[in-house]
Amino acid sequence: MIDPLFLLEAAINGVLLGGVLALLALGLNLIFGVLDVVWIAYVDLVMVCMYLVYFLVMIYGWPVWIAGLAGIGLGVALGLAVHVLIITPILNSPPVNQLLATGGLLFFIQSFATFLWTTDHRSIRINLPVVEVGGLFLSFARLIAFALSIVAMLGLWVFLRRTFIGTAIRAVAQDRGAMALMGADPQRVYLVTSAVGGAMAGLAAALLSIQYSVHPYFGAAFGPITFMVCVLGGLGNMLGAFIASFVMSEIISLGGVLWSTEMGYVIAFALFIVMMFIRPGGILARRER
Amino acid sequence: MIGRAVAAAVLLGLVAAPFIPMGGMRQYVLHVAIQIFIWSFIGGAWSLMGRFGLVSLGHGAFLGVGAYTTTLLWNFYGLTPWLGTFVAVAAAVVLALVVAYPCSRFGIIGHYFGLVTLAVGEVVRLLIIAERDWTGGSLGLTLKTAGAGGGLLAAQSADKRIFYYAALVVWLIGLWVWVRLDRSMARAAMEAIGEDEVAAASVGVHVARFKLAITALSAALTAFGGILYAQYITYVNPETLAGIGVSLRIVFAVVLGGMYSWLGPTVGTALTITLQEYLRVKFGLRLIGMAETIYGLLLVVFIIFLPAGIYGSVRALLARRRVPAPATA
Repeated sequence: MIDPLFLLEAAINGVLLGGVLALLALGLNLIFGVLDVVWIAYVDLVMVCMYLVYFLVMIYGWPVWIAGLAGIGLGVALGLAVHVLIITPILNSPPVNQLLATGGLLFFIQSFATFLWTTDHRSIRINLPVVEVGGLFLSFARLIAFALSIVAMLGLWVFLRRTFIGTAIRAVAQDRGAMALMGADPQRVYLVTSAVGGAMAGLAAALLSIQYSVHPYFGAAFGPITFMVCVLGGLGNMLGAFIASFVMSEIISLGGVLWSTEMGYVIAFALFIVMMFIRPGGILARRER
Repeated sequence: MIGRAVAAAVLLGLVAAPFIPMGGMRQYVLHVAIQIFIWSFIGGAWSLMGRFGLVSLGHGAFLGVGAYTTTLLWNFYGLTPWLGTFVAVAAAVVLALVVAYPCSRFGIIGHYFGLVTLAVGEVVRLLIIAERDWTGGSLGLTLKTAGAGGGLLAAQSADKRIFYYAALVVWLIGLWVWVRLDRSMARAAMEAIGEDEVAAASVGVHVARFKLAITALSAALTAFGGILYAQYITYVNPETLAGIGVSLRIVFAVVLGGMYSWLGPTVGTALTITLQEYLRVKFGLRLIGMAETIYGLLLVVFIIFLPAGIYGSVRALLARRRVPAPATA
């Protein structure tokens, strides 16, 4: 029999992991929903930013939060670079080509990171206290990440709903062609979206680097699950992706405790496959047709 | 006519290759050649689907199911891989249909199809790791060696030449299947489906039947390739035979070579494997990851500028040059 407290702790860890997934998914969801392009290498971009944060903190002794800001800056640069160099030339070719091109980018980043920094796991060693709440031990690093990711989410929501460019982004998300007909420039919207998506990647990197070690296969570890969260939540649907993050993370966390880590993921992936069949529009979508 | 003569010469060269004196290099050259044949065959199997827009990112699932089924049957029940192959291929086909039927029924296409198959590949990999008591988990599993004289029963052999010829024959069969399909009505039907399913259905193409058939065929051949590879290496590992890593590797090699032409998968596979081996031999452990770095970069460039791949583009170029010739003659 498993101690209920043990389960509760797993559930809470699941909530905290969910915050991370939600953060990863948010940036991808913006790209995926608006550009309608699969950045298969999205989490690998996050990984590159994590390396930057790691090196700035551990080698150059920068304070974590400034290194984190630098990570966000790198994220913006990477997002713009990916859009201009890879996506723009193939924006009008079949979507599968976009998937394959960013797949090539994934291979490139992953192997180049292996080449440059070997497969060592690197983690930032800063002593953050463990918080004890009624017999439960919670990592302070995860609490900070969780809180900041919710703030970022709200910020993004305000950006999308309350600013002019945010409205433009949602307009492109609805109809790329009509947007151009209204006299607006879709390319500018694409650039802004890529930059914001990249910034989200950088933020995720900053928050993840204080709780996970970074290694070249980080993208492979979190990439698939992030995509599944986005699709499960309904593409472009921020709230849906938010909820889906927690559903997936709870399954992984509780499944990991009750069974084994791998089985937790197996159940989560199987759920994704089944949900694709019965609710292709995401968990919040009303069934159409 | 010239093409046929060249093909015959190349084939003759390949058949004679193991007997060309290469000194101490023979074992190594044969090893690389066997790998190229097997992975080209697998790439060709993938491209049967890929060229029609059914881009699967989870073909590792079929490799894994195939290789692990025969290996486990042999290791635990002593069932010879000759028979185990039938069970394994059947299992892979069943898995393919279980995934493909709902995909076709609910209209999962394009990158959604890619994501679903990616998840399937991961599920197979994770299940192999989770069942570590009998699959060996991430440590992999070594095939039980056959006793003296039992090599044939175990379908194992220390003589690389035997596997060389086996892989060569399997590769040729793969090419034959590819060309056969390319010349059939099914190809026209599948192309129509790849362009627009609704339009294809409206002119009387049985969309679901064609998609399921091509998926089953592709999965069966892939599983067979996985089995052959496992028998050759006599070791199975979830990372090399299932999951995203190997699935993407298959896709990339094929796209690099060109997925719309019969030799494309072979050209791409030969290129990636040769490059990898060259860098490994030349630089040893100092340049780990360099080969993949180069072909990841190549892949991006190719998708943007030459989506038909190396072989496909070269062929198109030659064809273009050949066209004006009859006009002047």
